[in-house]
This record gives sequence, C-alpha cells and structure tokens, in this order.
Amino acid sequence: MSSRTNSRNFRGMSRRELLKLTPLIALGGFAIPGLQKPLLKTGLGFSDWASAKLFRSAHLAPTFSNSDLTPFSKFPINDYDVDDPEVDFDKWTLTVTGAVQKPGDYTLPQIQGLPKIRQNTRHVCVEGWDVIGRFGGVRLSDFLKMIAAEPTARFVNVECADDYYESLDMATALHPQTLLCYEMYDQPLTREHGAPLRLNIPTKIGYKQAKYLTDLKVSHVLERVGYWEDQGYSGFYGL
Amino acid sequence: MAAPAIAIENVKTGEVTEAVYEHPFIVRLCHWVNAVALFVMVGSGLQIFRAFPSFGAKIPQKDLLNWPKAFAIGGWLGGALQWHLTFMWIYIASGLVYIGYQIFSGNHKQVLFGPRDLPGVWPMVRHYFFFGVKPPVREAYNPLQKHAYTTVIVLGALSVLTGLAIWKPVQFSWLAWMMGGFHWARLWHFVIMWAILAFVFGHLVMVVLHGWNNFVSMFTGWKKDPEYPVE
Repeated sequence: MSSRTNSRNFRGMSRRELLKLTPLIALGGFAIPGLQKPLLKTGLGFSDWASAKLFRSAHLAPTFSNSDLTPFSKFPINDYDVDDPEVDFDKWTLTVTGAVQKPGDYTLPQIQGLPKIRQNTRHVCVEGWDVIGRFGGVRLSDFLKMIAAEPTARFVNVECADDYYESLDMATALHPQTLLCYEMYDQPLTREHGAPLRLNIPTKIGYKQAKYLTDLKVSHVLERVGYWEDQGYSGFYGL
Repeated sequence: MAAPAIAIENVKTGEVTEAVYEHPFIVRLCHWVNAVALFVMVGSGLQIFRAFPSFGAKIPQKDLLNWPKAFAIGGWLGGALQWHLTFMWIYIASGLVYIGYQIFSGNHKQVLFGPRDLPGVWPMVRHYFFFGVKPPVREAYNPLQKHAYTTVIVLGALSVLTGLAIWKPVQFSWLAWMMGGFHWARLWHFVIMWAILAFVFGHLVMVVLHGWNNFVSMFTGWKKDPEYPVE
C-alpha cells in the first residue's frame, strides 16, 4: 500500500473526482424546451456541413442491370399533397430565372434536344425504403450550360405545379447523374410520377427529387431550402 | 495494470479500509456521455424505424413490428432524425476519446480481453451460469467481464459503420457492399442495436449484484473495499 489517508480526506478526494464530471450537465441542455430546438438545429446543420464535405463530384452512385429493376407498378408514388396537379401539357414550359444569361420559358422539346441519359439507380426514401428505377432525361449540368448559368452561382431552386419547392447545391446540380428527367422505364413520365419533368438525383434522398417542375431559378444565395426541410428535415441530405 | 491504491483510516473508529482508483476521469466521462448518447440513439433510431418498420425494398410487405411510440424519441420521423444526426456525433466522439485514451494511457491492459484471459473464461462461465465455485479474483475485471467490455466496443464501432453505410450509401457504397448491400446494412444496424442492448441489460444486472461501492466508483473513480488484492 503506497499511500495512506483518513476517511475525512478520502471523502473530500471523492467529492473532487465527482465534481470533475460536471461538464456532463451540459447535455441536460437538450432537455430544456427553449434550448432543445436550437441545439438540434445546430446538430442537423453540422451533419449537413459534414455531408457536403463528404460529397465527391466525380463519385458515381451505383448503377444496376435491368434485371435488378423494381417493377414499374411497384414503384411507390409519394406526394406531399396530390398525385396529379393537372398540368396542362400543351401550355407547359419550364420558366428559368435568376443568375443566368438566357432566362425565359423553355419547352419540353427544347430540353429534350440535349443529349439523352438513361440510368438504373437506387431511389432512397427518408422513411427507410428504397427501390431501383430506370430514369431517362438530360443532365442538369447540360441544361445549366444551355441557359448560361453564371459559373459563380451556388444554388439551383425549383418550384412545382403542386406548390412543392426544393433547392440543390451547385456541386450536386453539376453531378453527371443529376437529371432533368422526362422518362421512367423508357416511357414518358406518368402524371403521378411528376410529368412532364422531374428531378432524378441518385446522390440525394427522395424528397429532394421534386416532381411536376414549373420553375427553375439559379441563385447565389439560398432563399428557400425546400418543403420538407421547412418542416425540419435535413437540407443537404446527400447519400 | 495495477490501479493506484490507498489505505483509509476512519477518523472515529481508527478502522482501516482500502480503496483503489479504478476508473480514470476520461473513462468515467466517456462512460456517462456515451450512456446518454446511446439512450438517445436507440430511442430516436426506433422512431426512425417506425416510419418503415420492415427490411428490404418497398415492395408492399408486412410491418415487422409496430414499435410503441412511447418507447421512442423525437415524436415523428423528422424530429427523430434531428436527434439521431445530432447525437451520432456525440456517440462517435465519446467512443473515439475512450478508445484513444485507453490505448495511449495504457489503461487498456485493465479491460482489453487478450489471449492470457482465455483459460479463465470457462471457470467464470461455470460460476455465473452453472453455480460453480467462484474463481479467485486477481484483478479489477474477470475474463468474462473483459470479454464483454471488449465485445461491446467492437459492437459500438460496427453500429457506427453500419449507420454510415445507410446514411451515405453512395459515398460509402463499398461499406454497404461489404455488409451484403444496402438492405443488409439496415438490418445489421438494427441487429447490432439489440446486441448492444443485450450487453446493457447484462451490465445493469451486474451493477445491481455488485452493490453500492462498485456503483459509486463509476462516479468518483475510487472503489472502496475492492474484491481483488491491491499493492
């Protein structure tokens, strides 16, 4: 036995050791109603920051063979509001605004004039399920070139016929697998899957892949993140 | 590794008892931070699971189990994700600091299960589960304890890796691939949670069985009247 003490000193020693643990009380902040929300918002913000850092522009999402596809009839239809916002296809255009040199209304044939991409990729829902779908469309990066988006712009914002709205960081918007999608399973998009034009982004969670697009705005600042993000979901949610 | 020991003389009776400094500060801190983080991760994880209580693809399939909302954290999917994506950093940090400290301080010799612990496993199993004679206690942790504490660290690391595979199935597609694919990674993440909870259950039973002095030592570091011989 190397050292000796008496019971009074030992109690003092034990108390000092116990007090060293007081930083633990900081975790109690998460239980205080007024602090909980900002703390969780900070935590989610940190996760989004880390997600953006982990995103690699040249890294492709896994692709699959046709035999791996989920049958089209089993591909879930998820909306926040209606399956069919009754878009008038004859009058439909994509209205482009913001930090671009060629704003205006773009028709579907104009968009379809860009090189066509087909890909079998995984669609992951925030709820936890996933399906493998076949998507066809044009690269968003090609479209951004066509409308001459400013190279320093940082965000692409979209609005939809059902009043849904979303935003994309520019790195994801320029990713080679990020599509303005007008076909699923080699057929024109059906109304409930977002006709005539939707986003297909294999590097993002499902709710970022907006359907029934009507407006596209390129911007330097983020004005609105997205419908679900405004309810409390992650803003970046890269896969 | 022997922990620092001390002899305590009672100021009234003059009686001498022994105490040993068993849990260094960093270990105690990480233990309690991790306990809170694990509680939140399990609660919010089960709320996330409620959104799709099944495994595999979204081919219409039966819900596996309808986990009661009362035993979940976050209230809804978005809320649970906020808790999960916040506390995962605290969970990871407490794990990394713990492992780093154990390695660099040399304290791991007290708790890491190694080949020299193998011969002691069977006698301990006989004692715990088949009412065998209690083997002599020579150090802070017996071979089975070391085995449990070492295994749960591995499980903790696996919980992070499986979680990373389902949070970032594109950036870490190789991780999901190693686990047998995205669907399997989600299943592993769930199974590993239950394995950790099984450890926690056994851990709490042992805490109750080993009494007050042992419990207090996780707060003050000092264990009075240790069962094992001190220097």
